[in-house]
Amino acid sequence: MDLSVYIAIIISTVFINNFILSRFLGLCPFIGVSKHTGPAISMGIAVTFVTTMASIITWLLYKFVLLPYNLQYLRTLSFILVIAAFVQFAEIIIQKKSPALYRTLGIYLALITTNCAVFGVAILNTDMFFINNKAVAGSFFMSVLQGFGAGAGFTLAMFLMSGIRERLEFSDVPKCFKDAPVTFIIASLMSLAFLGFSGFKI
Amino acid sequence: MEKTGLFGEFVKGLWKENPTFRIVLGLCPTLAVSTSVNNGIGMGVAATFVLVGANIFISLVRNVIPEKVRIPCFVVVIATFVTIVELAMKAYAPLLSRSLGIYVPLIVVNCIVLGRAEAFSSKHPPIRSILDSLGMGLGFTWALVVISFIRESLGNGTVLGFYINRSFEPALFMILAPGALLTIGILIGAINYFMSKRR
Repeated sequence: MDLSVYIAIIISTVFINNFILSRFLGLCPFIGVSKHTGPAISMGIAVTFVTTMASIITWLLYKFVLLPYNLQYLRTLSFILVIAAFVQFAEIIIQKKSPALYRTLGIYLALITTNCAVFGVAILNTDMFFINNKAVAGSFFMSVLQGFGAGAGFTLAMFLMSGIRERLEFSDVPKCFKDAPVTFIIASLMSLAFLGFSGFKI
Repeated sequence: MEKTGLFGEFVKGLWKENPTFRIVLGLCPTLAVSTSVNNGIGMGVAATFVLVGANIFISLVRNVIPEKVRIPCFVVVIATFVTIVELAMKAYAPLLSRSLGIYVPLIVVNCIVLGRAEAFSSKHPPIRSILDSLGMGLGFTWALVVISFIRESLGNGTVLGFYINRSFEPALFMILAPGALLTIGILIGAINYFMSKRR
């Protein structure tokens, strides 16, 4: 397994299969928290942290607990519990160790438990990197990279969107299209731009 | 809340508090699977089953669950029903299961299900919860059918797999990601417009 595979995974999850713009995972915060650049970036960082850690934890859980005991059907149940527990745990630790960081990330961490992107990346990892109930070579690093890439792609989309929406406040949007509808239409145009990446073969 | 009749409890999910168009919740599956009407109906039925099942159960045990750990409890109940749907779909509708892909397990994190559990079933008796969740589920389903109808007919030239008009050149754009976002943006905008006109 050479380096190019890992680079391909990063590029693919950030640009080609961007989690928000082409897989539609994590749309709720994308619409809800993208009004200003600052919170949008904080949210992005928090999501990146959680998706990366969730990839590690769920990979270990799947490989060493669910597979050996033939418990694959508990995947949904166990993953969501582990992710929820981890997010809670991270929140407590950050609150204790770094109150400043907690003030910027705190409220977002609580929201992340029900973020589709986190759960989605865990499910995708097990779907993509376990073939016939066997881990493919290097699957651990590929999972971690995919988790990180998903978060990075999320942050990128959040950042771009919040920049556009800050400008949008000065423009004259029809009243019925304010907030959510116009955000969707902008997201559609962004998604169209990201579609340009889909031709890349790495 | 108690003033609304049982029928009102059911109907509000269909239009007034429609989860997709009015509250704008649970969008990830809505947009991702609405590439064909078939998928839309399948997803709608699966989500409705989870909604109704989980909400009946939660409303039955609502007085037993301690306030502090209620969210994890709800999530476990919801995840159980999602697993039932996932396995049943794999067994009886393997094609549908393959085309919906990861979005079936993702019903777990669908905001509508947890939202209704938290906002409604944990405070109301079972009969009301059933009607409420059934209304919400059907509201979600018809929203999905409308979106997927628009996308499939414009993007693929078909409805439920049948060609509408052979001479029509479909716009592939509509079944790709941007088409989904454009469709829902314009639909929500249009609905807002009609609602404001009515008042």
